[in-house]
Amino acid sequence: MNGGNKRYTGNRFWLTACTLVFGLGLLVAMAPDFTGGKKPRELTPDDNPVIKKDSAASIKAFASVYKVLMSPRCMNCHPSGDVPLQGDDSHLHIMQPTRGKDGKGISAMKCANCHQPANTPGLHTPPGNPNWHLPPADMKMVFQGKTPRQLARQLVDPEQNGHKDLRKLLEHVNDTLVIAGWHPGEGRTTPPLPYAEFKKAWITWIENGAYAPKK
Amino acid sequence: MLMATVSCKINGKDQTLEVDPQMPLLWAIRDVARLKGTKYGCGVAQCGACVLHLNGEAVRSCVTRVTRAEGQKVVTIEGLSENNDHPLQVAWQEIDVPQCGYCHSGQIMSAAVLLRENPNPTDQDIDRAMGGNICRCGTYPRIRKAIHRAAEMLRSGGKRNGTDL
Ligand code: FES
Ligand code: FES
Repeated sequence: MNGGNKRYTGNRFWLTACTLVFGLGLLVAMAPDFTGGKKPRELTPDDNPVIKKDSAASIKAFASVYKVLMSPRCMNCHPSGDVPLQGDDSHLHIMQPTRGKDGKGISAMKCANCHQPANTPGLHTPPGNPNWHLPPADMKMVFQGKTPRQLARQLVDPEQNGHKDLRKLLEHVNDTLVIAGWHPGEGRTTPPLPYAEFKKAWITWIENGAYAPKK
Repeated sequence: MLMATVSCKINGKDQTLEVDPQMPLLWAIRDVARLKGTKYGCGVAQCGACVLHLNGEAVRSCVTRVTRAEGQKVVTIEGLSENNDHPLQVAWQEIDVPQCGYCHSGQIMSAAVLLRENPNPTDQDIDRAMGGNICRCGTYPRIRKAIHRAAEMLRSGGKRNGTDL
């Protein structure tokens, strides 16, 4: 066992507090543009998010989307089995928690027992989010092992995507658990594109028809 | 240091803790509430020695901020039963599970949630539920046996677990 949290002392508290205050200030000052440089339109439930059918633009944008979704920060919670993955090498989560019915784990191994509402300070400590979970057992939304075509088709299929129509799918990019991938906690890499670029690619993919690549 | 007041129910008693709001619940329980049964192993949610119940869930208190307990119910190994007679505690003694003993309050608190949700666990259910609790002495076979034994006691009308104290 190694530990970033070995002994809780006054000194350590002040060090953590100062780091947090400084870090928060820095984060505010450097706050990324979460609009993706392009604000999604305000959509009513009847609006179709597809503006035009441009398969070339859509598929080109999906290449960026795919790169991000297959990165460990996204794929680790979309495993092909029932155990989440961990680390930049996407190994099986060390204590082998299982997804359970609702994706939130089972009995003494529920996600929220370790994953707090926010990241735990320290190297390789559990990352956090108030709604930490895997997809549920009846809709596993597997990313691991999927080709771009398979993944794109799965993403737009309400029977496989958590019953989302394209409008809801478009908005899903704003989900705090999606955004958490770019704040993964100490010792973990972020996805290969900045969030703003990912968001832009996501919107472009859907607004141009949400096409699936050939392969 | 900026202090916070955290009011919660610990083992059925209302308590008010004057603590640093960043403090892990584990330290509040051990050093402020003076309940030493919950152990410190790794401090990074890897070993399970610090498991206690927060509103009935087996949280790892080393990574849980004390402020998460505000207005909530905390149960530690000391409060699992009134007379150390929870079926798990009885089974643990009967089978003489511990070696050094350090991991066992966490083991029992995790097992209590397992039995609440699954009164008739298979070996696989036990392994899945207990996979986050490490025992350096390797008492796993006895832990498994004791959980089966406690489940048997519960099924035949033994005392329910006290997580809802
Ligand atoms: S001390 Fe909390 S999990 Fe190890
Ligand atoms: S009995 Fe020694 S660590 Fe479990």
